[in-house]
Amino acid sequence: MLRLQKLTKTYKTGDQALKAIDLEVPKGQVLALIGPSGAGKSTMIRCINRLVEPTDGGVHLGDMDLTKLGSSALRKARREMGMIFQEYALVERLTVMENVLSGRLGYVGFWRSFLRRFPQSDVDEAFRLLDRVGLLHMADKRADELSGGQRQRVGICRALIQNPKLLLVDEPTASLDPKTSRQIMRLITELCKERGLAAIINIHDVALAQMFVPRVVGLRFGEVVYDGLPTGLTPGKLTEIYGEEDWEATIEKVDDEDIEATE
Amino acid sequence: MSHRELDDMLGKGWRKPAFVKNPLVRWLLIVGFVAYLIAAFMTIEVDWGRVYEGLDRGWAFILAFTSPDFLSRWSDIWGGLVESIVMTVAASVVGILISIPIGLGAARNIAPLPVYVVCRGIVAISRALQEIIVAILLVAIFGFGPLAGFLTLSFATIGFLSKLLAEDIESMDKVQAEAIKASGARWMQWINYGVQPQVMPRLVGLSMYRIDINFRESAILGLVGAGGIGATLNTAFDRYEYDTAAAILILIIGIVMTLEYLSGVIRARVQ
Repeated sequence: MLRLQKLTKTYKTGDQALKAIDLEVPKGQVLALIGPSGAGKSTMIRCINRLVEPTDGGVHLGDMDLTKLGSSALRKARREMGMIFQEYALVERLTVMENVLSGRLGYVGFWRSFLRRFPQSDVDEAFRLLDRVGLLHMADKRADELSGGQRQRVGICRALIQNPKLLLVDEPTASLDPKTSRQIMRLITELCKERGLAAIINIHDVALAQMFVPRVVGLRFGEVVYDGLPTGLTPGKLTEIYGEEDWEATIEKVDDEDIEATE
Repeated sequence: MSHRELDDMLGKGWRKPAFVKNPLVRWLLIVGFVAYLIAAFMTIEVDWGRVYEGLDRGWAFILAFTSPDFLSRWSDIWGGLVESIVMTVAASVVGILISIPIGLGAARNIAPLPVYVVCRGIVAISRALQEIIVAILLVAIFGFGPLAGFLTLSFATIGFLSKLLAEDIESMDKVQAEAIKASGARWMQWINYGVQPQVMPRLVGLSMYRIDINFRESAILGLVGAGGIGATLNTAFDRYEYDTAAAILILIIGIVMTLEYLSGVIRARVQ
C-alpha cells in the first residue's frame, strides 16, 4: 500500500539524512522503525507526508506518487495519513475537542472550521474516539491541562478522526513513563488492528518495539540495515544498527516482559 | 592519559570565559566607553543662572496641582478628552486590523520571501517615521483637527504591532503548527488552528498596550494641531493657566492608569 522508492533526502548543509531508501508496507501492517538518534527516522516519516520535502525518489501511496503532487492534491493526500507526534504536538491553548476536530480540517471548509461548526457526524466521531481512549469527560478541558499520557491519547484521536489509511507515528512514547509508554503502544497497535491501518512507528526503545510489532526496520546513517522479525534482533544485529554495546541485558528484559505480558 | 590532563587542572581555579576574548581589545573597549561618556557629559552646557530663575516657574506649575481648575474651561477640556478618546479607539481598531495581515506577512516562518520583504518594508517605514513628523505632514495635507491625528496613530500602530506580532509568530512552537498542517488543512485553517492560538495572548496584550500608547500620543499630537486633548493642553500652557493644565494632566494620568488596570485584568484572562 505504501512504497518508498529510492527515497533520498539531502539537507542544505549537505547532510544525507536518507540514502535511497526502498521500503514496502502492505495494507494493515504495523512496523517499527528503530535506529540511533540522527539515523533519519524522523526525516523519513516526514518525507512521506512531505512536511519535509524529499530531494529525490518516490513515495507511492496506493497508485499515487506523493512527491509529484501539487499543493491542493497534497492536502487531499495528507488526509489519508494520520500523524502522531513526539511530545504530542497538541495545540495547547485549544480544547481537547478542538484538537481532535482539527483532524477533520482537510474535509471541512474554512468558515465551518473558523466558527467551530463541524458536521454532526464529525462531532459524533470525535466523541466516540474520546470515549474509546477513555477521555470523553475531558472534551472541554484545555489541552495543556492534561497529563502526558492523556495528551498522547488526544493526539491519537486527532490522527484517527482523519479516517486515514496509514499512521505515521514519531516517537510516541519518548516523554512518557514506562507504564504509560506500554499503554500508548498497546492502544496504537490495537486501534490499527481494529481499523486495518498500516503504521510506521519511530521508536528508540527496542524492547518496547519488540513487544508490540510484527516487523522491525533498523535504520543507520540513512540506510536500512535490518528488516525482519523482532525476534531476529540478535546482539550482532543491534550492534550493526546502534554500534558496540552490551545487548544481553536489553534482550533478556524483553523475554521477561513477554512472560509478564502473556500472564 | 586523561588523568594527567585532570592533574594539570586541579587547584587552578576557574573563571567564566570572557565575552571579548582578547584582553587588550576588552580593556580598550571599556576605557574608550568611559572616556566617551565623560566627554559627552562635558559637552552638555548648563546655565545655572537660568535654572535658578526657572525654578520659580517650575514651582508655580507644581503648586497648580494642589489647586487644579477643572471648571473654568470644562467645556474645552471635555471636548478635547472626547476627541482624544474617539481618536484613540478609532485609530487602535483600524491599526490593529491592518497590523494582523501585515504581521503574518512579516513572519519569515510562514510567509514566502517576496511577501516578507514587502511587509517588513511597510513595518520599517512606519517605525522610521516618528509620530510627530507624520502628524505634521498629515496636518499639512488634511488640515487641523482629529482626522490627521487618527491617521497618524493608525499608521504608527501598524509599525509597532505588526513587528511585535511577527516576532511572536517567528518564535512559536513549530511542531504544533506542523501537526495541523499534517491533517491536510488549508492555509487559512492552518493559521486559525495552528498559529493563532499560540500568539493570541500576546496579540491581546500588545493591543491593549498600544491603546494605552495611542491615548498618550493623542495628548502630544495636539501640540502640532492634530486635535485631541493635546490641543486644549497646549492652549492652557500658552495662556499660563497652569491650574487648567494641571487638571488636564490629572485627567490624562487617571485615564492611563485605568487603561493599565484594564489591560492587566484582560491579559490575565486570556493567558
